[in-house]
Amino acid sequence: MRIIAWSSIHSSMLKLTNIKKSFIKKEETITVLNNFSLNVEKGEFTAVQGASGSGKSTLLFIIGTLLTPDNGEILINGINPYNLNPEKRAIFRAENIGFVFQQFHLLPYLSVLENVLTANLMVKNKNAKENADNLLEKFKLKHRLNHIPAELSIGERQRVALARAVLNKPKLILADEPTGNLDTENGKIILDFLKEYAAEGNTVIMVTHDDRAANIANKIINL
Amino acid sequence: MNFTKLIIKEVLHRKLNFCLSLTSVAIAVTCVIGSSVFLRSHELNTKKIIKQKEINTKERVKKLEDDYRKITKNMGFNILIIPKEQNLNDFYADDFASKYMPENYVHILANSKIVTIRHLLPSLQQKLKWPEKKRTIILIGTRGEVPNAYKSPLKPLKQPVNPGEIFLGYELHNSLNISTGDYVTLLGKKFLVAKNYDERGNKDDITAWINLQNAQQLLDKENKINAILALECSCAWADLAKVRKEISAILPDTKVLESQSKALARAETRNRAAKEAFAALDAEKKHRTNILNEQKKLVMSFIPAVILAAIAWVAVLAFGNARDRKYEIGVLRSLGVKSKNILFLFLAKAAVMGLAGALIGLAAGCFIGLLFVDNPGFIKPDTGMLIILCSILLSALTTLIPAVSAAKQDPAEILRNE
Repeated sequence: MRIIAWSSIHSSMLKLTNIKKSFIKKEETITVLNNFSLNVEKGEFTAVQGASGSGKSTLLFIIGTLLTPDNGEILINGINPYNLNPEKRAIFRAENIGFVFQQFHLLPYLSVLENVLTANLMVKNKNAKENADNLLEKFKLKHRLNHIPAELSIGERQRVALARAVLNKPKLILADEPTGNLDTENGKIILDFLKEYAAEGNTVIMVTHDDRAANIANKIINL
Repeated sequence: MNFTKLIIKEVLHRKLNFCLSLTSVAIAVTCVIGSSVFLRSHELNTKKIIKQKEINTKERVKKLEDDYRKITKNMGFNILIIPKEQNLNDFYADDFASKYMPENYVHILANSKIVTIRHLLPSLQQKLKWPEKKRTIILIGTRGEVPNAYKSPLKPLKQPVNPGEIFLGYELHNSLNISTGDYVTLLGKKFLVAKNYDERGNKDDITAWINLQNAQQLLDKENKINAILALECSCAWADLAKVRKEISAILPDTKVLESQSKALARAETRNRAAKEAFAALDAEKKHRTNILNEQKKLVMSFIPAVILAAIAWVAVLAFGNARDRKYEIGVLRSLGVKSKNILFLFLAKAAVMGLAGALIGLAAGCFIGLLFVDNPGFIKPDTGMLIILCSILLSALTTLIPAVSAAKQDPAEILRNE
């Protein structure tokens, strides 16, 4: 069930205005993002680069509605998710945003298919199983449906994580160093898919240290 | 994919954690059930034993009463009624009462509807010096039996002494060489020796019996007596307390002494034996009740400790589980799973553990009861349900804090610190 209808009026998928975020560590205030603004169009593949501690992951979590900014405004397809209550924000996240992490973060006790289907826990899409089968076939994991993550290679795990992220066909994919632990070949598979996904009109924002990965993107932002 | 499946899969993945928690709950419930079975069994056995002992005691007492009824069927017992103000020390020292009561008392008693006394013999007794013979004697003035007004007259038990006659005890007639038919003078009055008794080996041998009226004249105690002897009181089962009560009601100025007799002694013995039998039964009941109470105290101190230990262990395991699943929680939150869903994952697992542990504990407790206890007293079904419910609730409550802590974790913080 989608609680927000996507509007085709907005060409801007993501708009950040004067975002500020600080953390307090050992009584010291560390400002990670200071009046940061960003505009990402629909269908754009944006790479975010920067030194360690520059706020890349913080930015990703703020966009992913997991971290509330101290100041500023964020609009995802015209909707400020931080104006929603936590429950509605969670639903919004489930339906509209997909995450891909560097460490995959698959549930160790679920099979490949079950891990992909966890994306459907809050969405309740009736076609989820069919979509999952199709995705896993596309990622050449059809023969591994019943295997747990410990039985997969690194590349296979990341493909499972990617399949989970796109199961509900979210409009926005947030990838945090998706190729950080992968070899070149597996990394290419992931990047090619993300590029293809963006080309379909979806928005991809990827944090990466890898210049080769960044060059695939339409836009590179340095923090 | 749903949350139920997620819970089951997680339990199967972290079997050790789940089994340890479940075992803890099962042990606690087993202790509760086992203790309950033991205590209940002890209670049931006590009731059974006491009931059987009560039956046996009643049967024995009944048999005792039947036996005594047969033995003492034709026996009676003697009581002595003396003035109430009579000092018993003096009475036993002198062997006669020094206080007096109206002779009319015996008629009052005879005319009453007293049920326990049948034969009434009024007398006036005194120890004195027979001046003419220079001998110390016991003089008894007796009139013979006064018939009970409400009972059919019986042949008198004591042969009355006619006025002017005297009966002598063995020592008196033998030592003074007095024969029946002789005349003797006692305190200036002449008496015909009508009867000489054979040797009895007691104070009767120095006793002289004369007519009551003659004694009253000689001792200057007109219309006075100092004892009423009630002989062979009816019904061997006469309760002395009842006798005293009856006489006190009729003659409040008197007191009742029992004159030892076989029937009386045996009745007393029988009563004592019956009392002791029932006292022993009561003592047995108290003893077993004390043991049960001691066992209950022990259980009451032991069981809470076991439950607390189980709660602590489950809590530790729950915290460990929440810590181990930190990244899972972060990922689930990134997938849109709400805090309350995370809470549900932990609490539902705890409830399942509580239920499974309770069922295992119930079975184990009952099994222990069957194995080690004769006549095990199993708990009632509704008590079993209550234990299961408490187990589920306690398990969930114990896991609440770690569950809330897990649900409130900041997913960004978790995922950032991977």
